[in-house]
Amino acid sequence: MASNLKQSRPKPKKGKINWARNQEADFFANTVKLYRQGKYDSDSFRRFRLQHGAYGTRLADDYAMVRIKLPAGEIYPNQIERISQLSEQFSIGSAHFSTRENIQLHWVVLEDVSEILRGLSEVGLTSREACGNTVRNVMCSPLSGVCPDEEFDATPYALATARFFLRNPMAQNLPRKFKFNFTCCEKHGMVRMVDVGLIPQTREQNGTTQKGFKIFLGGGLGNKSFVGHQLEEFTPEEDLLYTSIAVMRIFDRLGDRKNLARNRMRYLVNDMGWEKFQNLVLKERAIVRATQSVVTRLNVDDTPNEIKRPIRVSDESGSTTIDGYARWLKGNTFKQKQQGYYSVFVTLEAGDITSNQLHVLSELIQDFSSEGLARAGFSQNISLRYVHEDDLPYLYTKLLSAGLAKSGSLTMSAPIGCSGTTSCNLALTNSHRLAKEIQRKFLELKLDEDDDLRDSSIKISGCPNSCGQHGIATIGFFGGGGRVDKDMYPNYMMQLGGRSDGETMLGISCLRVPAKRVIPVILKIIDVFKENKKPDDDLKSWIHRVVNGIDDSKIKSVNDLKEILTPLTLPPSKTEDPDFYADYGSDTSYHTKTGKGECAA
Amino acid sequence: MSQEKVVKTTTDIDSLRSEIRDKSVRVIDVRREEDYKKDHIPTAVNLPLANLLSDDSPERVQKLVNSMGIDDETSVVVYDDTFGALASRVAWTLEYLGHSDVSLLETTYGNWKSLGLEKDDVIPEIQKKEHSINLRPEILATSDYLESAKEKKGVILVDNRERLNYLEQHIPGAISLPYRTLASSDKILRPKEDMKRLLDNRGISGDSEIITYCGSVGTLSGLAYYALKSVGLPNAKLYVRSFKEWKSLSKPTEKQEDANYWDLSAE
Repeated sequence: MASNLKQSRPKPKKGKINWARNQEADFFANTVKLYRQGKYDSDSFRRFRLQHGAYGTRLADDYAMVRIKLPAGEIYPNQIERISQLSEQFSIGSAHFSTRENIQLHWVVLEDVSEILRGLSEVGLTSREACGNTVRNVMCSPLSGVCPDEEFDATPYALATARFFLRNPMAQNLPRKFKFNFTCCEKHGMVRMVDVGLIPQTREQNGTTQKGFKIFLGGGLGNKSFVGHQLEEFTPEEDLLYTSIAVMRIFDRLGDRKNLARNRMRYLVNDMGWEKFQNLVLKERAIVRATQSVVTRLNVDDTPNEIKRPIRVSDESGSTTIDGYARWLKGNTFKQKQQGYYSVFVTLEAGDITSNQLHVLSELIQDFSSEGLARAGFSQNISLRYVHEDDLPYLYTKLLSAGLAKSGSLTMSAPIGCSGTTSCNLALTNSHRLAKEIQRKFLELKLDEDDDLRDSSIKISGCPNSCGQHGIATIGFFGGGGRVDKDMYPNYMMQLGGRSDGETMLGISCLRVPAKRVIPVILKIIDVFKENKKPDDDLKSWIHRVVNGIDDSKIKSVNDLKEILTPLTLPPSKTEDPDFYADYGSDTSYHTKTGKGECAA
Repeated sequence: MSQEKVVKTTTDIDSLRSEIRDKSVRVIDVRREEDYKKDHIPTAVNLPLANLLSDDSPERVQKLVNSMGIDDETSVVVYDDTFGALASRVAWTLEYLGHSDVSLLETTYGNWKSLGLEKDDVIPEIQKKEHSINLRPEILATSDYLESAKEKKGVILVDNRERLNYLEQHIPGAISLPYRTLASSDKILRPKEDMKRLLDNRGISGDSEIITYCGSVGTLSGLAYYALKSVGLPNAKLYVRSFKEWKSLSKPTEKQEDANYWDLSAE
């Protein structure tokens, strides 16, 4: 029979951890019914909905956004395939990769959310506690396990932490959301910009190597952002859970439950002062350690993933001379510490991917990743790791035919844009589309190939809350409205010099840039940098000196830069340039309109 | 035993194969003629949807049905390779003419072939038959009918286009149930219990009058018509000229304001 001739793949690898509880789907469906019948007040219902990972949608009560958690960023082929189907059935035929290793399905009818939960539970995924005042998705660097600079792979610890807190009673009603980020090394990840950030490290003691973490507490991006503090020199691995519990207990007890705008833990740390908070944590940890009635430990599964290069029956190998391959190789791949293997980052436009592309991706993971799964990245993207170097050209041609081979994933030409006015209640501007427009311009100008720009970043939020992480971007933007007489136009505050590595700092406000002038302003900054740079400079290091007032070229401060850029930002009259007064993705005049926030993210 | 007549919406693969062997069925392939000529399910006749739509007046449909050797008693099974939507439109047309024994093959021809089931390139000789006309206006909605009916309590209007199309523009009061929602991975319609739960969640249940529509000719909404039928909902109607006609008549439409949702759809 014909079907026997078809080349079939070996069975795809499946996730080891089942994050789902299938009865939650029925429970959700019934609760929606009760709510519709008026038997559930809207505040309680909202809390319930958020606890189950369904977020409200911009000015549309009947729609939800379902946020699917990918703990440690891990996602398996059957799970991607399922999300592809669900996005086609219940969403808008596309899905969205967030900056926190979630996948979001937008514009879902509230009554269909339970069907999505059901579909997810069949493949071991959950959206439980993806929103609400709980422990949000536990992140881990997409390079954990393959990064040459890491001390050890933090992935099993991230998974164990996620497992411990998911549905844990102590995490169901915190003053506010609570986030863990694990990373591989100082350079990759954002450990100082989160409630609890962790970098693996080791130390030698009595001749043995001890595993542990550098733990940072009380950081975070938002309307007001703070940089986290390191708790102690070295936190041994057996203290990881006790420390996490201690921090959460303090936050639970002392966090602000009244003032929604100031109830993340970073405000508590800031108000109390770091030293006092640090002492409290250390004391609380001693209590936690002493009072556990049973030995409470993280269930860390250290068995290494099997690495097995997929075998293909056909011997197509792809060609290294195919158009754009070298450019893609440079901007999208990362050489792993494992000899001969690469991590390949797939560029998405502001995190968006179609259901058909998800379907292709699911097959490509099986055909190319020797670990048989994929990892969500930090910048609205996804990576296939353990791709053998000999397979890269063929993978490139496959990605190319699916429209997934855009260059520059690991460069400045892949900006982050939050969902903005595409779906968020709080958004003032279409940051989502702006990120795409910048990306298209950068790729058109081949700026992804410019080594001076490679390590810099552009990040955009549609409002002062920081879902688009503008505070840690080399060039960051957050949305607002500008006005000429009666006429409003979309406007962004530009901040410069933010970074999230070992020298973490928040960007310094420079000036307001109208939406339709953002691209010219960025290009102008690049020009000025090129004129004034020193031979070894890249944009990031140059801007770092400028914002700290320690550059000795003619640009000595943010103000000098502001002076040069200001002429580009002056609003024309509406008759002169009506397009200036419309946001990207809209042909009507701009006006600000927002709904009630449910906790930004 | 229940005396109630079981309404058959789909025919499963094995039943169809045995009915073909027993010569107790007329199979209609609604794909394009060139595809049909290459291969098709043995004994199937070809009625491309476009051919039917060029004139779907009852008199013309009667002639087509007669020429396919179908009389009032003939058991008919329809299939396509377009997730059941085109087959649904043809099946509904037969129902409207007054033919009661018509159902959809539970799967697509593509899937039939990938299962390695029998196929044929023989075009069967057909003995003409005589079919009566017994129109069933209760399964049809016209624009005028829809306009007055949708204001009535208990009438549910269902838009079966994709969500983005719906958000962009739809008939006021319609709810969105994209056609993709109706299928399972290998069948054109979900299993009954699954479908029932899905529809029930959306408030589509009971004795309500339900009217389906889609973009232009009633294919996607035809599939939805059969989805409703598959769970035994008794009072479904197809607005067969759908949104294309509604717009051409300049009737009122509604859209989702204040959000740039289309920017979320990756090109």
